[in-house]
This record gives sequence, structure tokens and C-alpha cells, in this order.
Amino acid sequence: MEVRLSKSMQDEMAAREGERLIRACVHCGFCLPACPTYRVVGDELDSPRGRIYLIKEVLEGRGGSVARQHLDRCLLCRACEPACPSGVQYGRLATVTRPLVTAQSPRPPMDRLLRWMIGAVIPHPVRLSRAISLARLLRPFLPARLAEKLPSGLSVPPPLALRQNHPRRMLIVPGCAQSVLSPATHLSLARICDRLGIEPILSPGSGCCGALFHHFGSEERAIRQIRRNIDLWWPALEAGAEALLIPASACSLMVREYPELLGSDPAYAERAHRIAAAVKDPADLLLSEKIDSLIAPSTQAVALHCPCTQQPGLVETLFRRMGIRLSPQPDSPACCGAAGAYALLQPQLSSELRTWKAAALEAGGPAEILTANIGCQLHLAGGTRLRVRHWIELIDEYQAQGLGGEVRPTHPA
Amino acid sequence: MTPPSLGSFLRLRATRQEQTDVQHEPAGTASPACPPQDILRRLRREVPGCPFLSQPEELRPYECDGLTAYRETPWAVAIPESVAQVQEILRICHALHLPVIPRGAGTGLSGGALPRRDGLLLSMARFRKILALDPLNRTARVEPGVTTRAISEAAAPHGLFYAPDPSSEVACTIGGNIAENAGGLHCLKYGLTIHNVLSTKIVSPDGELLTLGAEALDSAGFDLLALFVGSEGLLGVAVEATVRLLPRPPLARLIVAAFASVDSAAAAVGKLIGRGFVPAGLEMMDNLAIRAAEKFVHAGYPVDAAALLLCECDGPPEEVDEQIALAEGELREAGAYFLRVSCSEQERLLLWKGRKSAFPAAGRMAPDYYCMDGTIPRRAMPEALRRIGRLSKEYGLPVANVFHAGDGNLHPLILYDASRPEELKRAEHLGGRISELCVELGGVITGEHGVGVEKLDQMCIQFRAPELAQFHRIKAAFDPDGILNPGKAVPLLHRCAELGAMHVHGGKLPFPELERF
Repeated sequence: MEVRLSKSMQDEMAAREGERLIRACVHCGFCLPACPTYRVVGDELDSPRGRIYLIKEVLEGRGGSVARQHLDRCLLCRACEPACPSGVQYGRLATVTRPLVTAQSPRPPMDRLLRWMIGAVIPHPVRLSRAISLARLLRPFLPARLAEKLPSGLSVPPPLALRQNHPRRMLIVPGCAQSVLSPATHLSLARICDRLGIEPILSPGSGCCGALFHHFGSEERAIRQIRRNIDLWWPALEAGAEALLIPASACSLMVREYPELLGSDPAYAERAHRIAAAVKDPADLLLSEKIDSLIAPSTQAVALHCPCTQQPGLVETLFRRMGIRLSPQPDSPACCGAAGAYALLQPQLSSELRTWKAAALEAGGPAEILTANIGCQLHLAGGTRLRVRHWIELIDEYQAQGLGGEVRPTHPA
Repeated sequence: MTPPSLGSFLRLRATRQEQTDVQHEPAGTASPACPPQDILRRLRREVPGCPFLSQPEELRPYECDGLTAYRETPWAVAIPESVAQVQEILRICHALHLPVIPRGAGTGLSGGALPRRDGLLLSMARFRKILALDPLNRTARVEPGVTTRAISEAAAPHGLFYAPDPSSEVACTIGGNIAENAGGLHCLKYGLTIHNVLSTKIVSPDGELLTLGAEALDSAGFDLLALFVGSEGLLGVAVEATVRLLPRPPLARLIVAAFASVDSAAAAVGKLIGRGFVPAGLEMMDNLAIRAAEKFVHAGYPVDAAALLLCECDGPPEEVDEQIALAEGELREAGAYFLRVSCSEQERLLLWKGRKSAFPAAGRMAPDYYCMDGTIPRRAMPEALRRIGRLSKEYGLPVANVFHAGDGNLHPLILYDASRPEELKRAEHLGGRISELCVELGGVITGEHGVGVEKLDQMCIQFRAPELAQFHRIKAAFDPDGILNPGKAVPLLHRCAELGAMHVHGGKLPFPELERF
């Protein structure tokens, strides 16, 4: 589509990039059914095509407040990108033009306050666990939508009893929220590594990967956090760690995007590339270590929610090879509505999406719901009676059962 | 609510028509240029629960459908979710002579859902429920905002499918399919929307709920359903449809054949059809389209081919094998230098995906495209393609050809860049010339995309004044005040007269009987 940049936008780098990205859109509408918010709301303005149009209007010097409102309602799940035949990079477009849109129409003070609070607490594990302890005391007084997100009790993770002196090493990076709210996840991953003969190094002082600030549009804070992480992880890679294992798919995707964000920073660009290349999905690890035909006892099927940030099909492939049955999910939306801080910022849409997603996940009568991202895990847990956890914990459990003497026959594929 | 009987409906229309002039000017001219705020207040008050968008910034994303060359910001947009709301909206708009433009998913390629500055855009996007699926009767009852693909997906567990599959089936909705009488890749064997819809509930321009057609294959009285399908939103707003489902053929296989020249591919089409079997689909893509599609789907199309034929055979395995062997022989004889037959369902779908995404994938070749929709007799295909190639050179704009070869429905895709001055105008003019070429070769100006606003001028070439006047009479029988989608599909006679003055072919003036303005 044609974009005629307004005078004031012509000097903006972001506007010029936005123009280039929008020109790929031909307004065909193939993205509409892929978009979870469009499927809920049924309004063109809440579809990728409509949002691209709203951005175009801002670049052409018209409006701003409607654009910001509907862009804020976008989950950034990017389900529209694989659906787009003409190859519009929607995620990139929405992120680069966001500062221009908010400059036209600043957020209301309450919204800014909420964002500031989220940014001040969630990416800091210590503050987050204190905030949760405090919130649990205050639970009876909290609004329902906040109360339901509180974990019922921070589980004390089982102690790690690992064998020492493996020749191979990998760095495990638990995300900021995941390390506090679901520590069992990265401990399961560590045990799996141990069984594979890989020494898991738990990243010290792990904090936010930068995604939270990046999605808030606070690029500076995101970059600061990213540089800090690179400094933190680099020594382990230098010392021979083969890969970076990140259980939360959203963090994993963010780290893979480091080179894009630090491409023009000579001090970090090279290391950002090396780090991004070292990221390995835990499912990829299991597939490449060929321990994919094992153990899974033929029990009830499980429902798998593939987060928007997870490479589609990867965990499914692993499960199929392991003989873990997946329950069908008719008419399932791409996104569960968690989308980082979205669940806190857009509670109504988020909860409508969760209701829809949970119904789809439960439809096939699964034993539990598995996912690959902490955000989805907590969000879904608030909308279903089924247990929700990271898939890696199930594999760990199966392996432990298998190794603990009760060896079950390998599932006959 | 019981819909009034058709008999009473026809009587009602008949009495109204007496007062109606055939040359009735579409509404809008009668209503104020920009209806005042109190109309909006009244709509909001009397249609509670229905969002009405009215801020300029909210309205602009609605200013065009799949055809971006034509844009108009609507006066307001309504997004109802119940039939009662649609009825109430139409009742109010009818009383106020306010034009109403129905819209489905906005994927149309002829500007059929182009808004009007003085009209209400009625989005049917929230009507997305599949109301009932009856595997015994092989029917599905759906709301109009359900996507075409979703019907087949819902029917799949019963081994059934909904046959029409326009390329945009992932996104386009059944309501829009009915309005445009959409076809698709498999219409060669399974027919257009008209052949697959059994009945539809519509809301008339004054807000009555009517049922056209019946679940049986035939029903008493005039076949108003046939009239309604393809009427481009001029006669009523579809609010529910009962469609026919077919048993999915046990096997379908697709042959992809590459040719070194467009001519030999075009000739192969005639030969295939001449062998007396009907392929489920027979499609053609030229080199430009092949390259664009391959970039999106990576299906393994030979990107050096001048033209690709995709021929699908379906049915019981023995029959399919026989047809595939027959088709392979014909294609090779016709000069195909590369043949690939799908070996799995996955491969077949991937090979089709490239074809289905070819229009928007052309967005990778140029920022804008203009998709044409003429239909010609199959025998004229080589000549048509040669002449389109010449026109493309003459206008200096690349034209990609992706089309339903089996039924002669061409979709030349004119690639242009709207940011270059005059290029849109040149593209439009070239499009006009292509449409005229189709008529000259004994064809028609539209195969399945509808006339919309895009082909109004070509309607003047296709039809003569008395025929157009008859169309206006039909419109008036349903919509005497002309509030529904006015100005689309059928040109006003004075438009044709003015156009005729510009297009004098061989010294013959079209519509010589009309006064020139």
C-alpha cells in the first residue's frame, strides 16, 4: 500500500522504515482470521490489516489516539506473519512505529503508572518474590483479576542432586518471572541435562531478558538490560558452554533478536550474534541428543499450548516421537491472551481470549495442559481447573520414573 | 420470528414498483451530504449493544476492501451481532433514506464494499457462528460472517466439505461469497456459490426478514435465491445461509506441468478438456506469478517455466489413477517439459497453496496490484494471453497471469506502484482495455469477483441500454428507494452515455439512442 509520509515524519528513521514495511501490504485480508483479537472483537481496527492502516494514517500525519488504543490491544503474537502471502513484517512494523504513535497520543497517567509499576517489579526476581509475599497477605483485598494470578504458594523446589564433572556444559537461563514463580521448570531442565551427560550451569543473577521493556517501547532500558545480560553470560560461553538453554520461549525469542537490537553497537554486536546463535530450544536439545524415543507411558493424552513465541511444531514433533499423545484442539486461537504484560494491561480482552483458549484446550479431555512459556502458564492456570505446567517438567517426571526402577516399556510409536 | 411468505413479499414489491422510476437515482442524492449527529444518536439509542464507529480516525481503515485503488471514508460504521439489530438499522436507514453498504471480510476485488461518504457501512464480521451442521441432509446452516474455509473445516469430521473455494477462502466470508457469487479453484467441477447454496435468510432494505430458497433442491415460485446470489448487496443483506455439503472424494491428486511457452500451456487446456473428463480444478500461472508464489510457499515450482498448469483429479482411486495417466499423456504431448504428481495430501495442499496465495504474493513484486476478472471462451485463450502481453508492453506495466484455465476465467494481475504519478491511472486504463478484449473475444467482463465499482464502465460495453434498464427495474423491485449499496454493479445509463462518447469504436457510438450530457 502506498504511504505518503507527512512533512514532520519525513526525517524520522522509524517512519521511513514503517513506510517501507507497509508498502509490502496489499490489503488482501488473509491475516484477519489468524488474528486472535479480530476473532474476538470482529472490528477491522482490531485486525492486523486495520492496525497497519492506523499506523499508515499516523505516518501520514492523521490521528493517533485511536491508533494507540488499537495497537495497545494487539498481542504482538505475530500469528498474522505466517498467514501473510506478501510477507509483511507486522511485528517489526508495530514495534518500530510505536514511539511515533505514542508521541502523537501520550498514554493516560493511570496507564503510565501501571506500566511503570510492572517494569519496576516483574523483571527483578527479589522485588517480585517480595511483592508476591506481600500480595498473598493482602489477597482478600485484591481485585479478582489480580488475585487469580497469584500462585497459591511458592513451591519449594526439590533439591538438585546432580552428578559432577560432565565433559559437556550448557548455560541455563531461567527468566526473571519464571525463576520466582515456577522454579520447578528450570530445575527439571537441569536434571534432564544431567542425565544427558551435560553439566547445567544455572545463570547467576539472571534478570529480565529485555522483552518487557522492549514491548513497552522503552528501548533504552531494554538495551541496558540486554548489555548487562551479555556481560553476564559471555564468560560461561567463553569457558566452553555449548549452548544457552532458555525454558521460557518468550525470553528465548528475545535473546535471538539481540543482534537486531545491538547491530549498530560495535562493543556488543559481535557478542550479541554469538549469544543469539548459541540459544537452543530445550525441545531441540532433546531431539538432537536422540533421546526422543523413550519412556512415555501410554496414559491419557495431554493438551499442548504452543506459545506464540515458540517455533510451531517443534514440541509436537518431540512428543510424537516420544509417544506422548496430544489431545485435539478444535478452533483454537493462536494466542492464549497472556502476551507478557498484556494480561495486566488489557484484562478484558485477555480474559476473553483465555476463556476461548482454555475451552479449546480442554475440549479433547486431556490429563493436563502443557506449554513452553511462563506467561502462558500462569495466565492459563487462572482459567482452567486442569494442571498447567512447562512440558519439560513432564519429560523430567517420565525420565525419573523410568530411571527410578519402574521401567516401563517404550511406547510402541 | 416467522418471515413473511414470498407471496406477500412479491405483492408488496409489485405495488411499490408502480411508483418507481426505472431511472431512479440511487439514494444518497436524496439524503443530506453528511447526515447530522442526531441520526447517529438515534441509531445508538434504538440499536443498543451495537457499536457505531464515527470518529474520522476509526473510519479510515474501513475506506476500502481488497481493491485499494478505490477509497471513500464512510459516514459511520455499524458492527451488529444479531439479526434484530440488522433489521432495526435498516428500518431506521430506510426511513431516513440513508445509504447502507454491507461488508463481509472486505476481501473483495471489485470494490463491492466500497463505502460512501453519505452512507452507513454495515459490517457483518461478528456473525461468525456455525448454527447447525446436518451430516444426514449434508447441509450446514451458518451466519454470513463465517469464513468459507471454516465451513469445510467444521464439516471435515463428517467426511464432508463445502465445495466453492475462492483463493481467499481462509479470510472471505460466506455472506460476501453469496453477494459476489464467488467461484474458486474447483468450480470447474463443483460449480459456483449459486450451485452450493440452498437457501438464505435476508433482511430487506426496509428491515423485513425473508427466506429465499428452501432446503429442498427446488421450491415453488420464482427462483429468487438465484437472483439474490451475485446481486452484490443491492437487493438485501444476507443474515444466514444454508449451504450444501458434499462428501469429500476419497482421493485427490494434483499434476503440476511446466511449459516453455504460454501458448503451449493454453493449448494444453483445450486438449485436456476435450478428452471428455472434468478435472476438479485446472489452473494456470505464468512466470511472474510462479516466482511470486514460490517465494511465499517454497512448493518447489519450476521458477524458470513460462507457464504452469495445475490439474487436479479427484474421485475413487481407480478413477483418479486413470485420469492422472490420461492427463499426464496429454500434457506431455502438448509440450510439458516437467511434470510432478502429488504423492500425498500434504504435498497436494502445498502445491495448491502457492496458487491460492498468488495474488497477494504478487505484493512481493510490486507495492500495488490491480486484479482483473474477465472470462473468455477457452479456445480464445492463447490469443487473449498474447494480446494481454502486448498490452502490458504498450502500457509499460508488468502483468502476471493467474487464472482458472478450465473455465476460461482470466485473472490478469496488473502490477503498479501507486506512489508513482499516473501509474494507477495507467493501470486502470490497461485494465479497461483487458476487459474490452474479453468482450471482443466473445467473453464477459467478470467471472467471479463481481462488478462492484471497478467494472461499471465495462458493463456499458457488455450490455445495452434496455438491458441495464431492466437491471434497474429488478433493483427497484427489491429496493425502491435505492438505499442498499447504491451505485454498485449496474451503471446508471447516463454514465454509459458519457463513456460512450469517449469510446467510439469503429465509428460506432454505443447507446446511440441516449442523449449525451
